[in-house]
Amino acid sequence: MGLPFAYIARNIARRRLTTALTAGGMALVVYVFATVLMLAAGLEATLVTTGRPDNVVVIRRAAQTEVQSGVDRTQAGVVQSLPDIAIGGDGQKLVSKEVVVLINLPKRESGKPSNVVIRGVMPVGVDLRPQVKLVEGRMFRPGTAEVIAGRSIASRFQGAGLGETLRFASADWTVVGIFDAGRTGFDSEIWGDSEQMMQAFRRLAFSALVLRLADTERFDAVKQQIESDPRLTLEAKRETRFYADQSEMLSKFISYLGTTISIIFSVGAVIGAMITMYASVASRTAEIGTLRALGFSRTAILVAFLVEALLLGAIGGIVGLVAASFMQALAISTTNFQTFAELAFSFKLTPRIVVASLVFALAMGLVGGFLPAARAARLKIVDALRAA
Amino acid sequence: MLLSRLVAKNAFRHKLRTALTVVGIVVAITAFGLLRTIVDAWYAGANASSSARLVTRSAVSLVFSLPLTYAQKIRQVDGVKSVSWANWFGGVYISERNFFPQFAIDAPTYLDMYPEFLLAAVERKAFVTDRKGAVVGRKLAQQYGWKVGDTIPLRGTIYSGNWNFTLRGIYDADKGVDQSTMYFHWEYLNESIRKLYPRRADQTGVFIVQLKDPAQAAEVSAAIDAMFKNSLAETLTETEKAFQLSFVAMTESILLAIQAVSFVVIVIIMAVMANTMAMTARERGSEYATLKALGFSGGFVARLILAESLGIALLGGALAILLTGPIARAFADRMGTLFPIFFVSEETMLFQVAAAFGVGVVAAAFPMWRTASVRIVDGLRAVA
Repeated sequence: MGLPFAYIARNIARRRLTTALTAGGMALVVYVFATVLMLAAGLEATLVTTGRPDNVVVIRRAAQTEVQSGVDRTQAGVVQSLPDIAIGGDGQKLVSKEVVVLINLPKRESGKPSNVVIRGVMPVGVDLRPQVKLVEGRMFRPGTAEVIAGRSIASRFQGAGLGETLRFASADWTVVGIFDAGRTGFDSEIWGDSEQMMQAFRRLAFSALVLRLADTERFDAVKQQIESDPRLTLEAKRETRFYADQSEMLSKFISYLGTTISIIFSVGAVIGAMITMYASVASRTAEIGTLRALGFSRTAILVAFLVEALLLGAIGGIVGLVAASFMQALAISTTNFQTFAELAFSFKLTPRIVVASLVFALAMGLVGGFLPAARAARLKIVDALRAA
Repeated sequence: MLLSRLVAKNAFRHKLRTALTVVGIVVAITAFGLLRTIVDAWYAGANASSSARLVTRSAVSLVFSLPLTYAQKIRQVDGVKSVSWANWFGGVYISERNFFPQFAIDAPTYLDMYPEFLLAAVERKAFVTDRKGAVVGRKLAQQYGWKVGDTIPLRGTIYSGNWNFTLRGIYDADKGVDQSTMYFHWEYLNESIRKLYPRRADQTGVFIVQLKDPAQAAEVSAAIDAMFKNSLAETLTETEKAFQLSFVAMTESILLAIQAVSFVVIVIIMAVMANTMAMTARERGSEYATLKALGFSGGFVARLILAESLGIALLGGALAILLTGPIARAFADRMGTLFPIFFVSEETMLFQVAAAFGVGVVAAAFPMWRTASVRIVDGLRAVA
């Protein structure tokens, strides 16, 4: 027969300061643990949803990023002539030849510069990314020095707001629209007319081509055609894969650092739980003896103390998770090591993270409570009663 | 003397509890030291920079290059002693995972400008005279087991193709200076570019400007930038330190997070330690009341608790400082060239001592106040 749950819960409530300190320590650990997972999940969500599985990005072989890549007009023409590319409403092939460069812009708050992606797109390039929607102002007119800025760039960089002007490549560019790309990587970019950008930056080659497949199953065939053509020194990647690859290093770094930190922290919290539970056992030795004398088994005692430790863990876990969930309101921006460009993303709480954090908290309670609970269960009735 | 024995006896009365607390403090203070060392490693590049050097780059961003003809013009600016240039290569050694920086440099001028790279005269000569030669830092050579004379193959990401370099020298440097970089001849890169992409030839990423007098940094920077104002390639000149710091600023939010986390670990251990001290003081309520009844003042009893708390915290802190060194070295070895400069600074150790001290004081505060202010009768009556 087990001890009633109310008895266990009341033990937790009896020593408020100790309970608060122990659960508070665990809550902090769970908070850090959850926050790091949320950050990695947010980064992944941002970059994975940036691409569409039926879009293909074509860049120069081994270039890794669009900024390093170069695709000249002849090569672009060859790619454009491939079959299997979807046809748009106006009968044109859905291929956007784009110029991607980085420019150094100062941030609004700190004035510190950071690299921002400028993307020159063709009108069809906007159709290729349906997630990009204008929320303020209007579209840029092709052939003019007009640009539109992503939501997170407009708010954070000097001169990138609606109606303001940016100076780069010896020209002044007016921001005529703000677009929302649904929290994808495009939110951290500035878009303008492709040909206009080529002129301004004096480039003869495009950076990358983006094309829509008529049939997403035909990707391997298209990839094969592009990569085996001796005229082309290009490689093709699905847009989803392309952006996921770009976040690989940053998300690995975040999860590696986060896991290490969480493990180190949990050692501290487990020790805290252990100290508390040992004290809880020690101060109740006589009580345990009485319970045993009344007929409660060793197992019942063991379970009672384990449940007490689990409760401590659960309180810590819930408090930590609630605190972490507030982080979702925050956006974070940093330079992606691989693209060398600014990227904004937010914390994302997924059901998996909720479960993982709670399991982590309970595990800390269990590990911390096991040895003390075993000691309580092993106490001899006579010795325990005498201890009072 | 008697007093310190009493404190020591008290501290180790619950051997298991004290041991657990000390282990917790060791873990926390070690983690704190390691995180601070990571932050330091980020700033290492900026700390190693010289105030007598300026860096001139394209005003648009680092991705854009500058024409080499600028070198001549910059050399004519008042206050400039010499000019060199470097170009980021961005090659991949075998696989993407083996990242290390590579620069194409104008070897003779560059090596003169960076006396902190210690290169044997023979090796220097061998490097300068071999068009396809390269030098690498000691750490990098050790990581991949390279010896002088080895061929290092790189796959270009910016300048496509396969490139082979012959290792002609390995440089040493102070522990605060990057020893994980590879340098080779800009001239060799330029020749190949001229064949492949004629339009991209005779360009370089940055110019490095040596000043006659470091105090003139601001005037010289302004003079250089003014010279190229409204040209096709406008420049931005800043001190080497500012240039390095601009990289740090780009990843500032990650740094802030690591810094925040390093303080969170201290708060967690404060909670654990405070818990230990609260329990200890509560259990000894009647003993402390007895001491007070014997005539010892409340302050005396409070100091007993403080001494015990500080003793435990500082013991943990001392062990942690001893541990941080080896752990940081192991971490640096695993991270390879990601953190080229990685060592535990004296400042970090001081911070660790301060953190341990702080934990000890904060943990003792509440029990001290309660024990000192409780009435003797209540204390004697209390049961643990």
